[in-house]
Amino acid sequence: MAELKLEKVRKNYGQVTAIHQIDLQVKNGEFLVIVGPSGCGKSTLLRMVAGLEAISDGDIYINEKHVNEVEPKDRQIAMVFQNYALYPHMSVFNNMAYGLKIAGLNRSDIQKRVHEVSEILEIKSLLDRKPRQLSGGQRQRVAMGRAIVRNPTLFLFDEPLSNLDAKLRVQMRIEIKQLQRRLGITTLYVTHDQVEAMTLADRLLVMNAGIAEQIGTPLEIYEHPQTTFVAGFIGSPPMNLLQCVVNGPQIFLEKQALLGIPPSRNIEKPSVVLGIRPEHLVLDPQGPLNLTIDLVETLGADTLVYAHLGRQRIVARLPDHHKVSLGDQMRFTIPPERANFFDVDSGKKIAAKFS
Amino acid sequence: MVENRPISRYIAHGILIIGVVITFLPIWLAFVASTHPVDRLLNDQMPFWPGDQLLENYGTVLSEGMKKAGGVPVGTMMLNSLIMALAIAIGKIFISFLSAFAIVYFRFPFRRTIFWMIFITLMLPVEVRILPTFEIVANLGMLNSYGGLIIPLIASATATFLFRQFFLTVPDELLEAARIDGAGPMRFLKDILLPLSRTSIAALFVIQFIYGWNQFLWPLLVTTDQSLYTIVMGIRSMITVGDSEPTWHLIMATVILAMLPPVLVVMLMQRQFVKGLVETEK
Repeated sequence: MAELKLEKVRKNYGQVTAIHQIDLQVKNGEFLVIVGPSGCGKSTLLRMVAGLEAISDGDIYINEKHVNEVEPKDRQIAMVFQNYALYPHMSVFNNMAYGLKIAGLNRSDIQKRVHEVSEILEIKSLLDRKPRQLSGGQRQRVAMGRAIVRNPTLFLFDEPLSNLDAKLRVQMRIEIKQLQRRLGITTLYVTHDQVEAMTLADRLLVMNAGIAEQIGTPLEIYEHPQTTFVAGFIGSPPMNLLQCVVNGPQIFLEKQALLGIPPSRNIEKPSVVLGIRPEHLVLDPQGPLNLTIDLVETLGADTLVYAHLGRQRIVARLPDHHKVSLGDQMRFTIPPERANFFDVDSGKKIAAKFS
Repeated sequence: MVENRPISRYIAHGILIIGVVITFLPIWLAFVASTHPVDRLLNDQMPFWPGDQLLENYGTVLSEGMKKAGGVPVGTMMLNSLIMALAIAIGKIFISFLSAFAIVYFRFPFRRTIFWMIFITLMLPVEVRILPTFEIVANLGMLNSYGGLIIPLIASATATFLFRQFFLTVPDELLEAARIDGAGPMRFLKDILLPLSRTSIAALFVIQFIYGWNQFLWPLLVTTDQSLYTIVMGIRSMITVGDSEPTWHLIMATVILAMLPPVLVVMLMQRQFVKGLVETEK
């Protein structure tokens, strides 16, 4: 059981800053997912928590204990690597037992512990095999077993599912979640896959270019993205971000009046970014948004309509099937309560006005 | 390119058979020569089939050696060669393994410089630096000793370089996993790096053993004491014995004996080789 606290953590590689000042608190037993595009610094952040990467500035606490200078083995953590990093010359049993052997446990305790864990993960029949005799999913399990056997207070996962095929990934995702619930171990999980992020997380940390863009529950992040980056990153397809012009009380897109400025919003600049989720666009023959269809994807349960207005590209998700052909015109309304407004320059959400 | 027509099989076999004959014929002749009395070799046409002197000739070389060449028994010389070759091979592997480990896994000042300095010595064969080396060994009083035979040849840039290249292919995650598991550097070396390098070590052992066994110039320089003669220089001194005819039957028997240990090493280590080639996964 552990609480993890990061205070103003930074990482520089020479002149380059990989991580700009991140503050984070992970509660006991919480499953926190760090998500972001490749190169955003998410793995670096995880490796700093693990102690594999030096911290340039700031402090990391595990259970109130300052661990900046503590060796990885003394942090009571366990890590699952993307390529599993199983010791190729050791049997599954020895792979799992290695850390315990070094820790100086006696043989019968090691036996007992490894067998307990392999029972949980259903890898008991594999204990005598070498890693190369295992399938991808089995290696994944062994890697997790090696982590669990150490009885860590903090679990670190570095894109553990990205080497698996799609079906296995879904299955392992569910298992990881169930296992974490069952063991109640605080977990930090890095991924670039937003579906994994949304489904696994108690809370999400969305990172971009070394900055924490937003921290919140998956729903908060989905419903109320704080920046255009988060809005454009989370969701599949992501939120439509429309460059609009403000004229008096109205918002215009490509010279079409879309909707009136909600009275609660404090929009001062002459232009604004309007964000609307594809599923929130409402088909309406009288609607103000007149789109020309470019492409239609029929997914079965619903239909994705890719369209444009002037230079702006827009995606709409419509329930059920629709007979639409290319070049057709369709009209939509934007429900004001679903619209998000972002500052054109900073990309930050324009907060509600308190009155 | 995988054809399986009989014709191409015959051609492939034909080429291989020719290759085997070309390499094997001299060895066969050496063996034949070692089984005849000396006058048959010198007077008649060279015989192609073994004679009846096998036991006598080999018995002579092993027990007394050749009187004219100093009378050092071949057994002693082979033992010297064996000690030298084993010490060089094992010592080289030990030292190179540790140096490569230091260069790859530790950060210390002038790491690159040191690597390149080691690398540059690759360019210089033993023969080029033999005089200064001899001077040093002589001043240290190591002439006519096993130390003098072995120590100057024991550091190997080639092996260091090969180990370094191998270590670079070992995924960093293994080191990180080991660190999280609590293994210190030496533990990582012993438990993970060493078992993974088993096949490279086997390969290097074969190469370095043969290298040590075949050393000629260096033992010739540092040993004047006949009890320290190695087999390869022994053969040489048998051929050049003053003005009398070389005793070819005994020389050839020695040659065949000198060949056996390297052959044995290659044959025994070959299994490791092949195994290593099959297990490509790291």
